[in-house]
Amino acid sequence: MLTLHSDRESIDIKQAGGDGNSVPPAVVSATKSMKSEKSRRSVVNIGDRIFRSTTWFFAFVVFALVFLMAYEMLKGSQLSIEKFGFKFLTGTTWDPVADNYGALPFIFGTVVSSLLALLLALPLSVGVAIFLAELAPRWIERPMSFMVELLAAIPSIVYGLWGVFVLVPWLRTSVEPKLLAISDTFPLFKGAPYGFGMLAAGIILAIMILPIISSISRDVLSAIPDTQREAALALGATRWEATKIILSDGRSGILGATLLGLGRAVGETMAVTMVIGNRPEISASLLDPGYSMASVIANEFAEATTALYTSSLIEIALILFCVTIVLNAAARLIVWSVTKKFKTA
Amino acid sequence: MRFSKILTLALAVFTLGSASAQLKLNGAGATFPYVIYSKWFDVYSKQNGVQFNYQSIGSGGGIKQITEGTVDFGASDGPMSDAQLKEVKEKQGSAVLHIPTVMGAVVVTYNQPAAGKDLHLTPEVLAKIYLGQIRYWNDPAIKAVNPDKNLPNQAILVAHRSDGSGTTSIFTDYLNKVSKTWSLNVGKGTSVNWPAGLGGKGNEGVAGLVKQSEGAIGYVELAYAVKNNLSYAVLQNKAGAFVEASFESVSAAAAGAIKNMPEDLRVSITDADGKNSYPISGFTWLLIYKNMKDKAKEQEIVKFLTWAMGEGQSYAKDLYYAPLPKEVITLCEKKIASIGTK
Repeated sequence: MLTLHSDRESIDIKQAGGDGNSVPPAVVSATKSMKSEKSRRSVVNIGDRIFRSTTWFFAFVVFALVFLMAYEMLKGSQLSIEKFGFKFLTGTTWDPVADNYGALPFIFGTVVSSLLALLLALPLSVGVAIFLAELAPRWIERPMSFMVELLAAIPSIVYGLWGVFVLVPWLRTSVEPKLLAISDTFPLFKGAPYGFGMLAAGIILAIMILPIISSISRDVLSAIPDTQREAALALGATRWEATKIILSDGRSGILGATLLGLGRAVGETMAVTMVIGNRPEISASLLDPGYSMASVIANEFAEATTALYTSSLIEIALILFCVTIVLNAAARLIVWSVTKKFKTA
Repeated sequence: MRFSKILTLALAVFTLGSASAQLKLNGAGATFPYVIYSKWFDVYSKQNGVQFNYQSIGSGGGIKQITEGTVDFGASDGPMSDAQLKEVKEKQGSAVLHIPTVMGAVVVTYNQPAAGKDLHLTPEVLAKIYLGQIRYWNDPAIKAVNPDKNLPNQAILVAHRSDGSGTTSIFTDYLNKVSKTWSLNVGKGTSVNWPAGLGGKGNEGVAGLVKQSEGAIGYVELAYAVKNNLSYAVLQNKAGAFVEASFESVSAAAAGAIKNMPEDLRVSITDADGKNSYPISGFTWLLIYKNMKDKAKEQEIVKFLTWAMGEGQSYAKDLYYAPLPKEVITLCEKKIASIGTK
């Protein structure tokens, strides 16, 4: 995000340069000379060298932390990996009494609730981003961006409480009976209207990831040079057609934002636990209760008495860890590729 | 000059203070008795200058920590298994004693306006509801014990704890005793594979589920239900009598179980004998090393336990715990006397 912000500033500088179409040669040469001076000094100056090795060290610490975490979880889940093997991923029973564990219902719950959240949040977030980056006048844009980012700062337990006291009763009394009335044979909407369940979890998560997706998407859209917009408008495109062009320029950035949002949804614990119903069960219906990986760890770890029980919970953590890392890595790569494209352009 | 004098004085007071309170006992475990334990530790340390540091991380955590020897005492809502006791003996070179401290009960709370304040349930009906075999409020089995109530044809929403907990342990221990189907298919433990229903996190989670959904039924700690004014069912006990949960009926359950009390006091008192016994009652235990390496700490623990059996019990009712009956206290005192002996 930082790089994106600085990008926007550099665009402003360009515009201030008065040309608007190309970067003035003076700016380019100034940055070039700054760079070469910096590299020359870092070889000579001892302070710089210490500074550089310290920052290297800090960067390495982050790597070490990630690997140590993965190693510890791998070690902790050894027992369960040996006992269940691949069957752990496909097993559907979770029975602490018989010491028999399968993680599929939790994986299913995490994936479905997160995807549902994405499905609900994505159109909304992109809409917000387009409005803020393309259409909104300054006096609306500022407070509105602030409000959107404020949503991201609300602790998840607050979302959870809101879910339990407002969202769930509303779903139970107003929404779910209507869904059932429309069709009680359609597999997505079947069963009893508990209020608690996959639908509630998806909606809560959608609200929680909306600020992430919309604020990054807005930054991505703002990073697209104004020349694109101007060119489109100059060729006679309408506002809508110009926006479509901007969107297609920013699509990989928006995809990156989406994946970051998905990462948040996958790892969310408290709010989901409070509304998902906590039943390890695989059901096609969104009205039925489910369970998620993060929730089961939070719920059961403190009282996990047998070694295999603890180990199985740690293996779930390992699966969750892998999923989040993959999602985040993908998001970074995509954001990186889109920003690089516009830097070179 | 004056400043340095004040500093010296402060330093002197500080060292004096820390010298008199040098002994610090570390404990960890159950969350259920946390309220009374913190009261006990507070009162006792004011009287005797011993400091306590208790982490309420859950019974499972308490058992783990006492096994690893990272605490001076543990606490648990469910007794340790034979295998766990053996493991401690191997790792720490000392047996672990179970000392009951107070009692709690689990009540069945419900949200059914037609049932009023005194829904009657038999063990069979309760087990069948939790097995998902009785699904509607107007089931003939429920009507049979509530003949005066006009129960509607409404689905029963079963609520249980989603987090591992001693409350679940006592509740499933009870169902395990009264229902053959339950013991064959589900069993007992801090978390089980529930055949029916929704999970809520903590007593408040279950109470929330029940409060919000008409037709729901759930189980919570007696203390929680009393504090929050929830209505709870009258249960039929082993003797066939319908008993309401109260401190008296819980203490009666312990007294009723005294006949079959094993020597090590690791006993479940659910479904206890006695006409006045409330059937879903249980002890909570302190887990104490029989032979501690640190003899000063050992003596302090003995002194504290003796106090807990005497004055300590008087704090129980105000904090919504049932005190131990006299018969059990006698057994505990015998156990406490054995600490430190080979």
